[in-house]
Amino acid sequence: MAIPKVCGIETEYGITHRGIPEPNPIEASSLLIRAYLVAGTEASGLAPDVAWDFSDESPYADARGATPQAALAPPTETHLVNAVLTNGARYYVDHAHPEISTPECADALSVVLYDRAAELIAIESMVAAKRLLPEGQELIVHKNNSDGKGNSYGCHENYLLDRNTPFEDVVHHATAHFISRQIYTGSGKVGSEMFGQDARDVPFQLTQRADFFEEPVGLETTLKRPIINTRDEPHADARKYRRLHVIVGDANMSQVATFLKVGVTNIVLAMIEDHFLGTGWDFVDPVRALQAVSTDLSLQRPLELSDGSHITALDIQWQLFASAQRYVGERGTADVGGDVAFQVLDRWESVLARLETDPMQLADQIDWVAKYRLLDGYATRHDVGWEDSRLAALALQFHDLRPERSIFNKLGMETLVDDGAAWQAANHPPEDTRAYFRGECLRRWPDNVVSANWDSLVFDVDGITLRRVPMNEPLRGTRAHVGTLLDECETADDLLARLDSAGNS
Amino acid sequence: MAEQEKQQGNTERDDVTDVPSDESAPTGAETASRLKCEMDDLLDEIDTVLETNAEEFVKSYIQKGGQ
Repeated sequence: MAIPKVCGIETEYGITHRGIPEPNPIEASSLLIRAYLVAGTEASGLAPDVAWDFSDESPYADARGATPQAALAPPTETHLVNAVLTNGARYYVDHAHPEISTPECADALSVVLYDRAAELIAIESMVAAKRLLPEGQELIVHKNNSDGKGNSYGCHENYLLDRNTPFEDVVHHATAHFISRQIYTGSGKVGSEMFGQDARDVPFQLTQRADFFEEPVGLETTLKRPIINTRDEPHADARKYRRLHVIVGDANMSQVATFLKVGVTNIVLAMIEDHFLGTGWDFVDPVRALQAVSTDLSLQRPLELSDGSHITALDIQWQLFASAQRYVGERGTADVGGDVAFQVLDRWESVLARLETDPMQLADQIDWVAKYRLLDGYATRHDVGWEDSRLAALALQFHDLRPERSIFNKLGMETLVDDGAAWQAANHPPEDTRAYFRGECLRRWPDNVVSANWDSLVFDVDGITLRRVPMNEPLRGTRAHVGTLLDECETADDLLARLDSAGNS
Repeated sequence: MAEQEKQQGNTERDDVTDVPSDESAPTGAETASRLKCEMDDLLDEIDTVLETNAEEFVKSYIQKGGQ
Protein backbone atom coordinates (compact mmCIF):
# COMPACT_ATOMS: atom_id res chain seq x y z
CA MET A 1 0.00 0.00 0.00
CA ALA A 2 1.34 3.41 -0.94
CA ILE A 3 2.21 5.74 1.91
CA PRO A 4 2.76 9.52 1.66
CA LYS A 5 6.08 10.15 -0.01
CA VAL A 6 8.15 12.12 2.45
CA CYS A 7 11.29 13.02 0.52
CA GLY A 8 14.51 15.03 0.50
CA ILE A 9 17.88 15.56 -1.19
CA GLU A 10 21.46 15.42 0.14
CA THR A 11 24.11 17.12 -1.96
CA GLU A 12 27.88 16.78 -1.69
CA TYR A 13 29.36 19.92 -3.18
CA GLY A 14 32.69 20.32 -4.90
CA ILE A 15 35.06 22.49 -2.83
CA THR A 16 38.13 24.49 -3.85
CA HIS A 17 40.40 26.46 -1.55
CA ARG A 18 41.99 29.03 -3.75
CA GLY A 19 45.14 30.97 -2.95
CA ILE A 20 47.13 28.40 -0.97
CA PRO A 21 49.71 25.93 -2.30
CA GLU A 22 48.43 22.68 -0.76
CA PRO A 23 44.74 22.94 -0.02
CA ASN A 24 43.13 20.33 2.20
CA PRO A 25 39.51 19.69 1.17
CA ILE A 26 38.45 18.42 4.58
CA GLU A 27 39.78 21.53 6.30
CA ALA A 28 38.27 23.70 3.58
CA SER A 29 34.88 22.04 4.04
CA SER A 30 35.05 22.48 7.81
CA LEU A 31 36.01 26.12 7.46
CA LEU A 32 33.16 26.74 5.03
CA ILE A 33 30.57 25.34 7.41
CA ARG A 34 32.03 26.89 10.56
CA ALA A 35 32.15 30.28 8.88
CA TYR A 36 28.43 29.98 8.13
CA LEU A 37 27.53 28.85 11.64
CA VAL A 38 29.54 31.60 13.30
CA ALA A 39 28.12 34.28 11.01
CA GLY A 40 24.59 33.04 11.65
CA THR A 41 25.02 32.92 15.40
CA GLU A 42 26.50 36.41 15.45
CA ALA A 43 23.75 37.82 13.27
CA SER A 44 20.66 36.55 15.00
CA GLY A 45 21.26 33.67 17.30
CA LEU A 46 20.35 31.29 14.49
CA ALA A 47 22.06 28.06 13.62
CA PRO A 48 23.84 27.19 16.85
CA ASP A 49 26.44 24.47 16.49
CA VAL A 50 24.22 21.66 17.70
CA ALA A 51 25.92 18.30 17.38
CA TRP A 52 24.61 15.53 15.23
CA ASP A 53 23.64 12.44 17.16
CA PHE A 54 25.01 9.27 15.52
CA SER A 55 23.46 6.75 17.89
CA ASP A 56 20.73 5.73 15.44
CA GLU A 57 22.86 5.58 12.31
CA SER A 58 23.30 2.24 10.57
CA PRO A 59 24.43 2.91 7.01
CA TYR A 60 25.53 -0.67 6.51
CA ALA A 61 22.16 -2.31 7.11
CA ASP A 62 21.13 -3.96 3.85
CA ALA A 63 17.57 -3.97 2.52
CA ARG A 64 18.20 -7.45 1.12
CA GLY A 65 18.96 -8.89 4.55
CA ALA A 66 22.49 -9.92 5.53
CA THR A 67 25.21 -7.28 5.52
CA PRO A 68 28.32 -8.33 3.59
CA GLN A 69 30.82 -6.45 5.74
CA ALA A 70 33.83 -7.54 3.74
CA ALA A 71 32.44 -5.89 0.62
CA LEU A 72 32.30 -2.44 2.16
CA ALA A 73 34.66 0.46 1.96
CA PRO A 74 36.12 1.34 5.35
CA PRO A 75 34.13 3.89 7.30
CA THR A 76 35.34 7.42 6.70
CA GLU A 77 35.83 10.25 9.11
CA THR A 78 32.36 11.69 9.05
CA HIS A 79 32.49 12.88 12.65
CA LEU A 80 33.82 16.28 11.72
CA VAL A 81 31.76 19.43 11.56
CA ASN A 82 28.20 18.33 11.77
CA ALA A 83 25.44 20.80 12.40
CA VAL A 84 21.69 20.90 12.42
CA LEU A 85 20.12 24.08 11.11
CA THR A 86 16.96 25.85 12.20
CA ASN A 87 15.32 24.89 8.90
CA GLY A 88 15.66 21.24 9.91
CA ALA A 89 18.53 20.58 7.47
CA ARG A 90 21.89 18.98 8.25
CA TYR A 91 25.11 20.72 7.19
CA TYR A 92 28.29 18.68 7.56
CA VAL A 93 31.56 17.43 6.18
CA ASP A 94 31.21 14.11 4.40
CA HIS A 95 34.32 12.45 3.02
CA ALA A 96 36.12 15.50 1.68
CA HIS A 97 33.10 17.57 0.75
CA PRO A 98 30.66 19.94 2.37
CA GLU A 99 27.23 18.33 2.30
CA ILE A 100 23.76 19.69 2.92
CA SER A 101 20.77 17.43 3.48
CA THR A 102 17.46 19.18 3.05
CA PRO A 103 14.89 18.71 5.79
CA GLU A 104 12.19 16.12 5.18
CA CYS A 105 9.70 17.52 2.66
CA ALA A 106 6.14 16.48 1.83
CA ASP A 107 6.22 17.21 -1.90
CA ALA A 108 8.57 17.87 -4.81
CA LEU A 109 8.06 21.63 -4.84
CA SER A 110 9.10 21.81 -1.20
CA VAL A 111 12.25 19.86 -2.09
CA VAL A 112 13.01 22.41 -4.83
CA LEU A 113 12.58 25.21 -2.28
CA TYR A 114 14.89 23.61 0.28
CA ASP A 115 17.42 22.60 -2.36
CA ARG A 116 17.56 26.24 -3.48
CA ALA A 117 17.83 27.24 0.21
CA ALA A 118 20.81 24.88 0.46
CA GLU A 119 22.47 26.68 -2.47
CA LEU A 120 21.88 30.01 -0.74
CA ILE A 121 23.39 28.60 2.45
CA ALA A 122 26.45 27.50 0.47
CA ILE A 123 26.68 30.99 -1.08
CA GLU A 124 26.42 32.63 2.34
CA SER A 125 29.09 30.25 3.59
CA MET A 126 31.51 31.30 0.84
CA VAL A 127 30.95 34.95 1.70
CA ALA A 128 31.44 34.30 5.42
CA ALA A 129 34.60 32.26 4.77
CA LYS A 130 36.07 34.99 2.61
CA ARG A 131 35.75 37.43 5.49
CA LEU A 132 37.74 35.05 7.69
CA LEU A 133 40.44 34.16 5.19
CA PRO A 134 43.53 36.24 4.41
CA GLU A 135 43.46 38.49 1.35
CA GLY A 136 43.83 36.47 -1.85
CA GLN A 137 42.22 33.31 -0.51
CA GLU A 138 38.69 32.08 -1.05
CA LEU A 139 36.57 28.95 -0.91
CA ILE A 140 34.62 28.09 -4.04
CA VAL A 141 31.66 25.74 -4.06
CA HIS A 142 30.44 23.88 -7.15
CA LYS A 143 27.15 22.03 -7.35
CA ASN A 144 28.28 19.20 -9.59
CA ASN A 145 29.15 15.52 -9.35
CA SER A 146 32.59 15.05 -10.82
CA ASP A 147 35.90 16.81 -11.27
CA GLY A 148 36.30 15.61 -14.86
CA LYS A 149 39.24 13.48 -13.80
CA GLY A 150 37.46 10.38 -12.59
CA ASN A 151 36.42 11.48 -9.09
CA SER A 152 32.72 11.59 -8.30
CA TYR A 153 30.58 12.71 -5.38
CA GLY A 154 26.87 12.39 -5.04
CA CYS A 155 23.52 14.05 -4.92
CA HIS A 156 21.30 11.53 -3.19
CA GLU A 157 17.54 11.43 -2.97
CA ASN A 158 15.53 9.87 -0.17
CA TYR A 159 11.98 8.59 -0.31
CA LEU A 160 9.84 7.07 2.44
CA LEU A 161 8.49 3.64 1.48
CA ASP A 162 6.09 1.15 2.99
CA ARG A 163 8.17 -1.59 4.64
CA ASN A 164 5.72 -4.20 3.30
CA THR A 165 6.54 -3.49 -0.33
CA PRO A 166 8.71 -6.37 -1.59
CA PHE A 167 12.15 -4.91 -2.18
CA GLU A 168 12.54 -6.87 -5.43
CA ASP A 169 9.55 -4.94 -6.83
CA VAL A 170 11.36 -1.70 -6.01
CA VAL A 171 14.54 -2.97 -7.65
CA HIS A 172 12.69 -4.10 -10.77
CA HIS A 173 10.64 -0.99 -11.51
CA ALA A 174 12.89 1.69 -10.05
CA THR A 175 15.80 0.42 -12.16
CA ALA A 176 13.84 1.06 -15.34
CA HIS A 177 12.83 4.49 -14.08
CA PHE A 178 16.36 5.50 -13.05
CA ILE A 179 17.81 4.37 -16.39
CA SER A 180 15.20 6.21 -18.42
CA ARG A 181 14.71 9.41 -16.36
CA GLN A 182 18.25 10.51 -17.20
CA ILE A 183 16.85 12.15 -20.34
CA TYR A 184 15.55 14.99 -18.15
CA THR A 185 17.55 14.63 -14.92
CA GLY A 186 21.01 14.77 -16.51
CA SER A 187 23.18 17.80 -15.77
CA GLY A 188 25.35 17.19 -18.82
CA LYS A 189 29.04 16.40 -19.06
CA VAL A 190 31.79 16.98 -21.57
CA GLY A 191 33.58 13.71 -22.35
CA SER A 192 33.62 10.47 -20.41
CA GLU A 193 35.23 9.35 -17.17
CA MET A 194 34.33 5.70 -17.57
CA PHE A 195 37.23 3.34 -17.15
CA GLY A 196 38.33 2.06 -20.53
CA GLN A 197 36.26 4.54 -22.51
CA ASP A 198 38.02 6.93 -24.86
CA ALA A 199 36.69 10.37 -23.95
CA ARG A 200 37.02 11.42 -27.59
CA ASP A 201 34.23 8.96 -28.44
CA VAL A 202 31.89 10.83 -26.08
CA PRO A 203 32.08 14.58 -26.82
CA PHE A 204 29.11 15.25 -24.53
CA GLN A 205 26.74 13.09 -22.49
CA LEU A 206 23.48 13.67 -20.64
CA THR A 207 24.64 12.91 -17.09
CA GLN A 208 27.49 13.52 -14.69
CA ARG A 209 27.05 10.26 -12.81
CA ALA A 210 26.41 7.37 -15.24
CA ASP A 211 30.14 6.81 -15.85
CA PHE A 212 30.63 5.85 -12.21
CA PHE A 213 28.10 3.03 -11.88
CA GLU A 214 29.19 -0.60 -11.99
CA GLU A 215 26.49 -2.73 -10.36
CA PRO A 216 22.71 -3.09 -10.75
CA VAL A 217 22.09 -3.51 -6.99
CA GLY A 218 24.30 -3.13 -3.92
CA LEU A 219 25.12 -1.53 -0.60
CA GLU A 220 28.16 0.51 -1.66
CA THR A 221 28.07 4.25 -2.28
CA THR A 222 31.71 5.12 -2.95
CA LEU A 223 33.02 2.09 -4.87
CA LYS A 224 31.26 -0.22 -7.33
CA ARG A 225 28.32 2.13 -7.15
CA PRO A 226 24.95 0.43 -7.73
CA ILE A 227 21.90 1.76 -9.62
CA ILE A 228 19.76 0.60 -6.69
CA ASN A 229 21.38 1.24 -3.33
CA THR A 230 20.20 -1.18 -0.67
CA ARG A 231 21.09 0.86 2.42
CA ASP A 232 18.32 0.03 4.86
CA GLU A 233 18.33 2.84 7.37
CA PRO A 234 14.83 4.28 7.54
CA HIS A 235 15.48 7.03 10.13
CA ALA A 236 11.91 6.27 11.21
CA ASP A 237 9.93 3.37 12.63
CA ALA A 238 11.70 0.44 10.94
CA ARG A 239 8.72 -1.85 11.37
CA LYS A 240 6.63 0.36 9.13
CA TYR A 241 9.04 2.16 6.86
CA ARG A 242 11.91 1.91 4.47
CA ARG A 243 13.86 4.83 3.10
CA LEU A 244 14.89 4.38 -0.51
CA HIS A 245 18.36 5.97 -0.75
CA VAL A 246 18.88 6.89 -4.39
CA ILE A 247 22.48 7.55 -5.35
CA VAL A 248 22.23 7.41 -9.12
CA GLY A 249 21.00 10.96 -9.82
CA ASP A 250 22.85 14.12 -10.81
CA ALA A 251 22.94 17.33 -8.78
CA ASN A 252 20.72 19.66 -10.76
CA MET A 253 21.18 23.37 -11.15
CA SER A 254 17.79 23.59 -12.87
CA GLN A 255 14.81 23.77 -10.54
CA VAL A 256 12.60 22.19 -13.17
CA ALA A 257 14.95 19.19 -13.33
CA THR A 258 14.99 18.79 -9.54
CA PHE A 259 11.20 19.11 -9.51
CA LEU A 260 10.77 16.35 -12.09
CA LYS A 261 13.50 14.15 -10.61
CA VAL A 262 11.77 14.04 -7.23
CA GLY A 263 8.14 14.52 -8.28
CA VAL A 264 8.11 11.77 -10.89
CA THR A 265 10.04 9.37 -8.66
CA ASN A 266 7.48 9.97 -5.89
CA ILE A 267 4.68 8.87 -8.21
CA VAL A 268 6.61 5.90 -9.64
CA LEU A 269 7.38 4.63 -6.13
CA ALA A 270 3.74 4.99 -5.02
CA MET A 271 2.70 3.00 -8.09
CA ILE A 272 5.20 0.28 -7.14
CA GLU A 273 3.80 0.15 -3.61
CA ASP A 274 0.26 -0.20 -4.98
CA HIS A 275 1.30 -2.85 -7.53
CA PHE A 276 -0.03 -0.53 -10.19
CA LEU A 277 2.71 -1.11 -12.72
CA GLY A 278 2.49 -4.17 -14.94
CA THR A 279 5.36 -6.45 -15.82
CA GLY A 280 7.77 -3.60 -16.44
CA TRP A 281 11.12 -4.05 -18.14
CA ASP A 282 13.98 -6.46 -17.49
CA PHE A 283 17.26 -5.24 -18.91
CA VAL A 284 19.90 -7.61 -20.24
CA ASP A 285 22.51 -5.32 -18.69
CA PRO A 286 21.09 -2.46 -16.58
CA VAL A 287 24.46 -0.75 -16.08
CA ARG A 288 25.18 -0.75 -19.79
CA ALA A 289 21.66 0.55 -20.43
CA LEU A 290 22.27 3.39 -17.93
CA GLN A 291 25.41 4.40 -19.79
CA ALA A 292 23.82 3.86 -23.21
CA VAL A 293 21.09 6.37 -22.35
CA SER A 294 23.56 8.88 -20.93
CA THR A 295 25.77 8.85 -24.03
CA ASP A 296 22.95 9.07 -26.60
CA LEU A 297 22.05 12.67 -27.44
CA SER A 298 19.58 11.47 -30.08
CA LEU A 299 17.44 9.88 -27.32
CA GLN A 300 16.67 7.11 -29.84
CA ARG A 301 19.01 4.33 -28.76
CA PRO A 302 17.17 1.02 -28.28
CA LEU A 303 17.89 -0.71 -24.97
CA GLU A 304 18.06 -4.49 -24.97
CA LEU A 305 15.53 -6.31 -22.78
CA SER A 306 15.73 -9.87 -21.47
CA ASP A 307 12.88 -11.08 -23.66
CA GLY A 308 14.86 -10.09 -26.76
CA SER A 309 12.86 -6.93 -27.46
CA HIS A 310 14.11 -3.35 -27.35
CA ILE A 311 12.78 -0.07 -26.02
CA THR A 312 14.01 3.53 -25.79
CA ALA A 313 14.30 5.56 -22.58
CA LEU A 314 11.71 7.96 -23.95
CA ASP A 315 9.22 5.12 -24.53
CA ILE A 316 9.70 3.85 -20.98
CA GLN A 317 9.04 7.34 -19.65
CA TRP A 318 5.95 7.73 -21.83
CA GLN A 319 4.59 4.42 -20.55
CA LEU A 320 5.32 5.38 -16.93
CA PHE A 321 3.63 8.71 -17.59
CA ALA A 322 0.50 7.00 -18.96
CA SER A 323 0.36 4.75 -15.88
CA ALA A 324 0.90 7.73 -13.59
CA GLN A 325 -1.92 9.67 -15.18
CA ARG A 326 -4.25 6.73 -14.68
CA TYR A 327 -2.95 6.18 -11.15
CA VAL A 328 -3.57 9.74 -10.04
CA GLY A 329 -7.00 9.66 -11.71
CA GLU A 330 -7.99 6.51 -9.84
CA ARG A 331 -6.22 6.87 -6.50
CA GLY A 332 -5.89 10.62 -6.09
CA THR A 333 -2.82 12.55 -5.00
CA ALA A 334 -2.80 12.09 -1.21
CA ASP A 335 0.32 9.89 -1.24
CA VAL A 336 2.23 11.75 -3.96
CA GLY A 337 2.41 15.33 -2.77
CA GLY A 338 -1.20 16.54 -3.08
CA ASP A 339 -1.89 19.13 -5.77
CA VAL A 340 1.81 19.37 -6.57
CA ALA A 341 1.38 15.98 -8.25
CA PHE A 342 -0.79 17.61 -10.94
CA GLN A 343 2.00 20.09 -11.68
CA VAL A 344 4.42 17.19 -11.87
CA LEU A 345 2.24 15.36 -14.38
CA ASP A 346 1.78 18.48 -16.55
CA ARG A 347 5.46 19.28 -16.55
CA TRP A 348 6.47 15.67 -17.14
CA GLU A 349 4.23 15.47 -20.19
CA SER A 350 5.41 18.75 -21.67
CA VAL A 351 9.08 17.88 -21.13
CA LEU A 352 8.70 14.42 -22.71
CA ALA A 353 6.88 15.96 -25.68
CA ARG A 354 9.70 18.43 -26.26
CA LEU A 355 12.39 15.79 -25.79
CA GLU A 356 10.62 13.84 -28.50
CA THR A 357 10.30 16.67 -31.01
CA ASP A 358 13.18 19.04 -30.30
CA PRO A 359 15.08 18.82 -27.01
CA MET A 360 16.67 22.24 -27.64
CA GLN A 361 13.28 23.77 -26.79
CA LEU A 362 14.14 22.82 -23.21
CA ALA A 363 17.23 25.03 -23.04
CA ASP A 364 15.57 27.07 -20.28
CA GLN A 365 14.35 24.06 -18.30
CA ILE A 366 16.69 21.09 -18.41
CA ASP A 367 20.35 21.22 -17.36
CA TRP A 368 21.93 19.05 -20.01
CA VAL A 369 20.12 20.90 -22.79
CA ALA A 370 21.09 24.31 -21.42
CA LYS A 371 24.70 23.24 -21.06
CA TYR A 372 24.85 21.58 -24.47
CA ARG A 373 23.37 24.60 -26.21
CA LEU A 374 25.81 26.96 -24.51
CA LEU A 375 28.87 24.85 -25.26
CA ASP A 376 27.77 24.18 -28.82
CA GLY A 377 27.32 27.93 -29.36
CA TYR A 378 30.72 28.66 -27.89
CA ALA A 379 32.40 25.97 -30.00
CA THR A 380 30.75 27.33 -33.13
CA ARG A 381 31.73 30.93 -32.42
CA HIS A 382 35.34 30.10 -31.68
CA ASP A 383 35.52 27.28 -34.21
CA VAL A 384 36.87 24.77 -31.75
CA GLY A 385 36.10 21.09 -31.06
CA TRP A 386 34.50 19.51 -28.01
CA GLU A 387 37.89 18.56 -26.60
CA ASP A 388 38.91 22.23 -26.35
CA SER A 389 39.87 23.16 -22.79
CA ARG A 390 37.76 26.32 -22.88
CA LEU A 391 34.65 24.18 -23.22
CA ALA A 392 35.70 22.14 -20.19
CA ALA A 393 36.18 25.40 -18.29
CA LEU A 394 32.73 26.66 -19.27
CA ALA A 395 31.17 23.32 -18.35
CA LEU A 396 32.75 23.49 -14.90
CA GLN A 397 31.77 27.11 -14.34
CA PHE A 398 28.16 26.17 -15.20
CA HIS A 399 28.09 24.68 -11.67
CA ASP A 400 29.96 27.49 -9.88
CA LEU A 401 27.69 28.80 -7.12
CA ARG A 402 29.41 32.18 -6.71
CA PRO A 403 26.77 34.65 -7.96
CA GLU A 404 29.40 36.85 -9.65
CA ARG A 405 30.83 33.83 -11.51
CA SER A 406 27.69 31.82 -12.10
CA ILE A 407 27.19 30.98 -15.74
CA PHE A 408 23.97 29.18 -14.94
CA ASN A 409 22.45 32.48 -13.73
CA LYS A 410 23.08 33.99 -17.15
CA LEU A 411 21.08 31.37 -19.01
CA GLY A 412 17.59 32.65 -18.24
CA MET A 413 16.53 29.35 -16.71
CA GLU A 414 12.98 29.01 -15.52
CA THR A 415 12.55 29.01 -11.75
CA LEU A 416 9.76 27.42 -9.73
CA VAL A 417 10.47 29.09 -6.38
CA ASP A 418 11.59 32.64 -5.80
CA ASP A 419 14.70 33.53 -3.85
CA GLY A 420 12.76 35.47 -1.21
CA ALA A 421 10.97 32.27 -0.24
CA ALA A 422 14.22 30.32 -0.44
CA TRP A 423 15.97 32.76 1.92
CA GLN A 424 13.10 32.27 4.32
CA ALA A 425 13.48 28.49 3.91
CA ALA A 426 17.19 28.75 4.75
CA ASN A 427 16.17 29.56 8.32
CA HIS A 428 12.71 28.05 8.75
CA PRO A 429 11.58 24.43 8.43
CA PRO A 430 8.82 23.03 6.26
CA GLU A 431 5.61 23.08 8.28
CA ASP A 432 4.24 19.78 7.04
CA THR A 433 6.80 17.20 8.26
CA ARG A 434 8.63 16.42 11.51
CA ALA A 435 11.35 18.82 10.37
CA TYR A 436 9.04 21.50 11.78
CA PHE A 437 9.47 20.17 15.31
CA ARG A 438 13.26 19.82 14.88
CA GLY A 439 13.78 23.26 13.38
CA GLU A 440 11.43 25.08 15.73
CA CYS A 441 12.94 23.52 18.86
CA LEU A 442 16.39 24.58 17.65
CA ARG A 443 15.21 28.08 16.91
CA ARG A 444 13.34 28.52 20.20
CA TRP A 445 15.63 26.72 22.63
CA PRO A 446 19.09 26.52 21.06
CA ASP A 447 20.76 26.27 24.45
CA ASN A 448 18.73 23.25 25.49
CA VAL A 449 19.01 21.09 22.40
CA VAL A 450 22.33 19.29 22.78
CA SER A 451 22.08 17.03 19.79
CA ALA A 452 19.74 16.08 17.01
CA ASN A 453 19.34 13.59 14.23
CA TRP A 454 16.61 12.65 11.78
CA ASP A 455 14.46 10.74 14.24
CA SER A 456 15.16 12.28 17.63
CA LEU A 457 16.16 15.38 19.58
CA VAL A 458 18.16 15.33 22.81
CA PHE A 459 17.42 18.05 25.36
CA ASP A 460 19.50 19.15 28.31
CA VAL A 461 17.26 21.09 30.62
CA ASP A 462 19.00 21.30 33.95
CA GLY A 463 22.62 20.67 33.07
CA ILE A 464 22.45 17.15 34.51
CA THR A 465 19.85 15.04 32.79
CA LEU A 466 19.56 14.44 29.06
CA ARG A 467 16.19 13.67 27.58
CA ARG A 468 15.74 12.08 24.16
CA VAL A 469 12.52 12.90 22.33
CA PRO A 470 11.93 10.34 19.60
CA MET A 471 10.45 11.39 16.24
CA ASN A 472 9.80 8.06 14.57
CA GLU A 473 6.92 9.31 12.46
CA PRO A 474 8.07 11.60 9.62
CA LEU A 475 4.61 13.13 9.29
CA ARG A 476 4.13 13.92 12.97
CA GLY A 477 5.65 16.97 14.58
CA THR A 478 4.14 19.17 11.86
CA ARG A 479 2.90 22.67 12.55
CA ALA A 480 -0.67 21.39 12.52
CA HIS A 481 0.35 18.78 15.06
CA VAL A 482 2.64 20.65 17.47
CA GLY A 483 2.43 24.34 16.51
CA THR A 484 0.04 25.26 19.31
CA LEU A 485 1.93 23.14 21.81
CA LEU A 486 5.23 24.86 20.99
CA ASP A 487 3.59 28.29 21.17
CA GLU A 488 2.24 27.49 24.62
CA CYS A 489 5.64 26.49 25.99
CA GLU A 490 7.96 29.18 27.20
CA THR A 491 10.89 26.93 27.99
CA ALA A 492 12.22 23.55 26.88
CA ASP A 493 11.31 22.34 30.34
CA ASP A 494 7.68 23.29 29.73
CA LEU A 495 7.80 21.37 26.47
CA LEU A 496 9.19 18.22 28.04
CA ALA A 497 6.61 18.36 30.83
CA ARG A 498 3.81 18.75 28.28
CA LEU A 499 5.18 15.86 26.23
CA ASP A 500 5.33 13.70 29.34
CA SER A 501 1.70 14.36 30.15
CA ALA A 502 0.66 13.77 26.53
CA GLY A 503 2.48 10.45 26.25
CA ASN A 504 4.80 11.32 23.40
CA SER A 505 5.46 13.83 20.66
CA MET B 1 1.80 25.39 -22.44
CA ALA B 2 -0.50 27.54 -20.33
CA GLU B 3 0.46 25.41 -17.35
CA GLN B 4 4.10 25.96 -18.08
CA GLU B 5 3.68 29.71 -18.06
CA LYS B 6 1.61 29.59 -14.92
CA GLN B 7 4.39 27.84 -13.08
CA GLN B 8 7.11 30.19 -14.11
CA GLY B 9 8.70 31.90 -11.18
CA ASN B 10 9.44 35.56 -11.17
CA THR B 11 13.15 35.69 -10.51
CA GLU B 12 16.20 35.72 -12.68
CA ARG B 13 14.22 35.00 -15.77
CA ASP B 14 15.92 36.49 -18.73
CA ASP B 15 13.87 36.98 -21.85
CA VAL B 16 16.96 36.84 -23.99
CA THR B 17 16.82 33.08 -24.14
CA ASP B 18 13.06 32.72 -24.13
CA VAL B 19 11.99 29.70 -26.11
CA PRO B 20 9.40 30.50 -28.77
CA SER B 21 5.95 29.42 -27.68
CA ASP B 22 3.75 27.19 -29.81
CA GLU B 23 1.17 29.96 -30.16
CA SER B 24 3.49 32.35 -31.95
CA ALA B 25 4.53 29.59 -34.36
CA PRO B 26 7.54 31.27 -35.98
CA THR B 27 8.96 29.82 -39.16
CA GLY B 28 12.04 27.65 -38.93
CA ALA B 29 14.25 30.34 -40.47
CA GLU B 30 12.98 33.04 -38.10
CA THR B 31 13.57 30.78 -35.13
CA ALA B 32 17.06 29.90 -36.29
CA SER B 33 18.11 33.50 -36.78
CA ARG B 34 16.56 34.60 -33.51
CA LEU B 35 18.31 31.80 -31.67
CA LYS B 36 21.59 32.79 -33.30
CA CYS B 37 21.19 36.40 -32.08
CA GLU B 38 20.30 35.21 -28.61
CA MET B 39 23.32 32.95 -28.54
CA ASP B 40 25.61 35.80 -29.64
CA ASP B 41 24.27 38.01 -26.85
CA LEU B 42 24.57 35.20 -24.37
CA LEU B 43 28.17 34.43 -25.30
CA ASP B 44 29.10 38.11 -24.99
CA GLU B 45 27.52 38.07 -21.56
CA ILE B 46 29.30 34.85 -20.59
CA ASP B 47 32.66 36.40 -21.49
CA THR B 48 32.11 38.94 -18.72
CA VAL B 49 31.86 36.31 -15.97
CA LEU B 50 34.32 33.73 -17.28
CA GLU B 51 37.19 33.09 -14.92
CA THR B 52 40.21 34.99 -16.17
CA ASN B 53 42.34 31.88 -15.99
CA ALA B 54 39.51 29.45 -16.59
CA GLU B 55 41.60 26.82 -18.35
CA GLU B 56 44.13 26.79 -15.57
CA PHE B 57 41.32 26.54 -13.04
CA VAL B 58 39.77 23.55 -14.76
CA LYS B 59 43.15 21.79 -14.86
CA SER B 60 43.69 22.28 -11.15
CA TYR B 61 40.12 21.35 -10.25
CA ILE B 62 40.68 18.04 -8.50
CA GLN B 63 38.21 16.65 -5.96
CA LYS B 64 38.40 13.68 -3.68
CA GLY B 65 35.86 11.01 -4.54
CA GLY B 66 32.80 10.95 -2.32
CA GLN B 67 29.62 9.00 -2.23
